[in-house]
Amino acid sequence: MDYLLSDEQKMIKELAHKIAEEKIRPVAAKYDRSEEYPWDIIKIIAEADLFGLFIPEEYGGLSVNVLNLCLATEELSRACGGIAVCYAASALGTFPIVLFGNEEQKKKYLPDLAKGKKVAAFAITEPEAGSDASAIKTTAKKEGDYYILNGLKHFITNGGDAQVYILIAMTDKTKGARGASAFIIEKGTPGFTFGKKEDKFGIRASSTCELIFTDCKIPKENLLSKEGMGFIVTMKTFDMSRPGVAAQALGIAQGALELAVKYAKERNQFGKSISSFQGIQWMLADMATEIEAARALVYSTARMVDAGIKDVAKESAMAKMFASDVAMKVAVDSLQIFGGYGYMRDYPIEKYVRDAKITQIYEGTNQIQRNIIALQLIKEMAK
Amino acid sequence: MNIIICIKQVPETTEVRINPETNTLIREGVKSIINPFDMYAIEEGMRLKEKFGGKTTVITMGPPQAEAALREAISMGIDEAILLSDRAFAGSDTWATSYTLSCAIKKISQFDVIICGKQASDGDTAQVGPGIAAHLDLPQVTYVKKIEEITDKKMRLERLMEEGFEIIETPLPVLLTVVKEINEPRLPSLKGMIRAKQAKIIAWDASDIQAEPSSIGLNGSPTQVVKIFTPAPRKSGQIFQGDTQGVVEKIAELLKKDILS
Repeated sequence: MDYLLSDEQKMIKELAHKIAEEKIRPVAAKYDRSEEYPWDIIKIIAEADLFGLFIPEEYGGLSVNVLNLCLATEELSRACGGIAVCYAASALGTFPIVLFGNEEQKKKYLPDLAKGKKVAAFAITEPEAGSDASAIKTTAKKEGDYYILNGLKHFITNGGDAQVYILIAMTDKTKGARGASAFIIEKGTPGFTFGKKEDKFGIRASSTCELIFTDCKIPKENLLSKEGMGFIVTMKTFDMSRPGVAAQALGIAQGALELAVKYAKERNQFGKSISSFQGIQWMLADMATEIEAARALVYSTARMVDAGIKDVAKESAMAKMFASDVAMKVAVDSLQIFGGYGYMRDYPIEKYVRDAKITQIYEGTNQIQRNIIALQLIKEMAK
Repeated sequence: MNIIICIKQVPETTEVRINPETNTLIREGVKSIINPFDMYAIEEGMRLKEKFGGKTTVITMGPPQAEAALREAISMGIDEAILLSDRAFAGSDTWATSYTLSCAIKKISQFDVIICGKQASDGDTAQVGPGIAAHLDLPQVTYVKKIEEITDKKMRLERLMEEGFEIIETPLPVLLTVVKEINEPRLPSLKGMIRAKQAKIIAWDASDIQAEPSSIGLNGSPTQVVKIFTPAPRKSGQIFQGDTQGVVEKIAELLKKDILS
């Protein structure tokens, strides 16, 4: 389908596609097995200026454009969802600074993030606070010109490898949801250490890690916006980044479909290519249509965000929920088309199933997304 | 440092089809790319500029569509691009082509290094680079696999041989042809692609470069393509079995008959 992309958007897609095919696809299986952080690919993505797609020009980026970010993420994900998320999660960790940072903070952090010299991460989740984000226990106590951080975050994407972290911590427990604040903190700060690196089912090229804060002292200048703004920073950031996760899911789905079509053409049984069987054709038709529907939803949502429309929570949730459900279904169906070979790790398709699953869970489970959509719908209809 | 890189736009596929009447490539419907070896030349030019400062210029001789190859080079970071295009250049063999390129280089006049790819994937002659050096009376080093250092108007480099490599020292200016062992070409950057789209390509025709009409195009080509054909597939060989002495004698007889008859 022609989405009437601009010349610049076509360039972004073309360049990300080239990186995916020439640089990522040949090493995807290697990183999936070794779980090493793909710094060499990050360097290539940075040199291509793709980190500039979520950073304003005056700080070394190109411009903040969610559709552009989605186009790049989708193409990279076609080759490997794990490597692509290292890039997309840096966007997640950068948006809070772009949206809420003051001039000093933007000047200090954004140029290195634009060049891909540093990578970012977003840290809110805790062992007792996943979907129930307001149950976070990490504290930030103001003492003079500093905040003292204590607590534990876990399941943080890019954790351990990123240099810049956005941390959501409680500054005032008595205020409930309005008692959380957002901070910028750098790797290497005394009192900030990393715990366990998770052994994951999928997206194994990306690192997922615990962050441990033990009387960690940070200057008050590291507070983003004002005290109490923590959850607003989070919600606004997710509104921008959800289309990105949806784009990752879309890319995984597209990559899986392409592998399935190619395999179906090559595989012969009963004297002919299995792509000539109606059963296979109907599966492929359904998969392709679902992907296109997901793509239309993701691109439309991204365009809404870029147009500055403030109320995008419902659409963002729809895009993420639908695209990730499609990715999981398409990946599993693609594996089915591969038959017995699909089950073997020598063949690339099983990785797509493993990578797709997380897109239904992180950045707000699909159950939470449904809550968001329903509540918004009811609010709108009540008028 | 002023660096000139000569590139050629070639058809993408190695399975080219030949028009049996004109003995030339059928280019329609085939995607065009920068000749693969020239990508290494562009990359090496970029690296020299990054190390020593200066300017990179890429030139190509070709039809108007060759502009796309120049823009791709700009997207990799090349500063300036020149297209040599003129109906009079058509039908050039490697001698006429290298003459034309050398006229353009003479017009540019300021250069320290000229870099070419080892050979073009469509012609495969590897003659144009050395031809340019001959026309310009410049030292040349072919099959360069590494530029070790440049000091004081001298360059030390490694030249790939079949077994190992030579270390060669040459004065500047010099013409180099490079092999793929020399580097890993970079991908274009987004900023580069945007720049490339907006870039103004300098276009020169035969009169702009003061080329002698008798030295360009078909007129200036001492060689002519008489016939291009796919050689017949090799017949499978024969296996002789038995005791070594007997087999050797049998083969010797066959060879004698074959060679001497």
